[in-house]
Amino acid sequence: MIQARLAAHGVDVEFQSASGITVLFGAAGAGKTLILDAIAGFVTPASGRIILDDEILFDGASRVNLPPRRRHCGYVARHWALFPHMSLHDNLLFPLACLPGVARLERHRRVKATLERFALVEAAPHRPHAVSPAERLRATVARALIGEPKLLLVDEPATGLDMAMRAEWHQVLRMVRDETSVPVLLSTRDLDTCFELAGNMLLLDAGRILQSGPPRNVLDQPIGVEAARLLGIRNLFPAEIVTLDPGRNTSRLRLENFELTGPYFPGRLRGDRVWLCVEPGQLHAAPHNGTKPAMNQVAARLERASEMPRAVRLEFAGGIVAEVARRDFEQQPKDNDNKEWLVDFPPHALRVLGCP
Amino acid sequence: MPLDWSPLWLGLRYAGLATLLSILVALPLAWLLARRRFPGCELLDAAANLPLVLPPAVLIYYLLVALGRWHLRFSWHAAVALSAVYTLPLLFRMTRASLAAVDHSFESAARSLGAEEWRTFWRVTLPLAWRALAAAILAGFVRAFVDFGATAFLARDPSEGGGSVWPIVPIAAIALAAFYIGNRVRRGQVLA
Repeated sequence: MIQARLAAHGVDVEFQSASGITVLFGAAGAGKTLILDAIAGFVTPASGRIILDDEILFDGASRVNLPPRRRHCGYVARHWALFPHMSLHDNLLFPLACLPGVARLERHRRVKATLERFALVEAAPHRPHAVSPAERLRATVARALIGEPKLLLVDEPATGLDMAMRAEWHQVLRMVRDETSVPVLLSTRDLDTCFELAGNMLLLDAGRILQSGPPRNVLDQPIGVEAARLLGIRNLFPAEIVTLDPGRNTSRLRLENFELTGPYFPGRLRGDRVWLCVEPGQLHAAPHNGTKPAMNQVAARLERASEMPRAVRLEFAGGIVAEVARRDFEQQPKDNDNKEWLVDFPPHALRVLGCP
Repeated sequence: MPLDWSPLWLGLRYAGLATLLSILVALPLAWLLARRRFPGCELLDAAANLPLVLPPAVLIYYLLVALGRWHLRFSWHAAVALSAVYTLPLLFRMTRASLAAVDHSFESAARSLGAEEWRTFWRVTLPLAWRALAAAILAGFVRAFVDFGATAFLARDPSEGGGSVWPIVPIAAIALAAFYIGNRVRRGQVLA
């Protein structure tokens, strides 16, 4: 279990994480790498305390600062950092050669077992540049784990990977999660990685942790508008709660140009100013055929329609964004002159966050 | 008449020894200045470059005086020492550049894998920098070899000498100051 409270170069965070994969999620420059580097011992925080299991790695007050080699943290760098002048076999042997008291025979036995476990036996005699990217990836994780670290730190290696490599990468991390007891602290900007792998997520913004919890909880209930924006949630509108009816489980929200009916929002009061939040995929949109808009339907002018892999994104005036299935979009009557659409806000899809 | 190879052999030997002496100083110094920040590092940087900014006649004169105190003046030791001193800035600068070019992430990876500083340097930094280091050593050797003619006279005793080593202090101070300011300007800390 890692417990960290640290302040360094504009980062000020406090968190703890136990087994499984914990994700540090944030935009570029949020301080993810700095946190990993501080835990690994590459950066010295100005103050704070880092404890791994029962061992103090860093304590600003008592001036404890263990060097990286004594922290027992495996580190997977962003660009892998396999030693290019060594074969994969020697890369894996390197950490064992640094361990005191591991006999030569035992070292080779462990390297052999790890090579087999990570399907690297055939690639072992080759240098990193001569093997496939997937083998490089597996070798990097294997090297970080062969010394039996207490914690694995992984710095955003999926950035820039193609789909096949990303799948391979997720497969390797799943193996680490399911077959070892080593907790993993992984920094990423990829929400898919969070959902696929992480049991816990720390939402990081400008050096501060905005929110933490299971990824589904964080995405469903962002703590505020900054968290929602960080998570890529579109359709954030300032609104005022004009009525609340717990008996009928309804509420009425006044936005800048229109009003919407939503569910009852527990803990909110009439007159509260909030951010209304609705996922683009939960909005329905259809060309306006002149009929009067029904409840929660808003007439909006279509400004742009852009292709996505499995949907079409429709951007309307007023900052409304809807994503409709490609098939549904293609079935809409084609009238290129008609830019007026009706956007339907289903009441159950409406959520409110913080204060504007 | 047989060709006399001894001057060439002598030159190669002197240049080899001077390069060896120089790299033994330049390599740790370059690593220290490429990888660590500490109070006085800029002064140390300037000191390593001192022979570049001292007039040769001045340097030779004061080196003669200094070597005279150890009874090394006008010997082959003196020639090697002078050659090493002249080679040091070039070797130091090239070595530092080659070490600085090594990606830090390899060294960080080595440290996180349990390697102490010496092992990290020996097993990771040095092998990754060896091409540039070899080029630096070669350049240093060529420099020492080319300078051989100018320094060889130090190996011969004209049976005179004497003087004090102290007048070098103000000259060195001026040179150090010039280098110190130059470094600050280069890093944008002056005239920014």
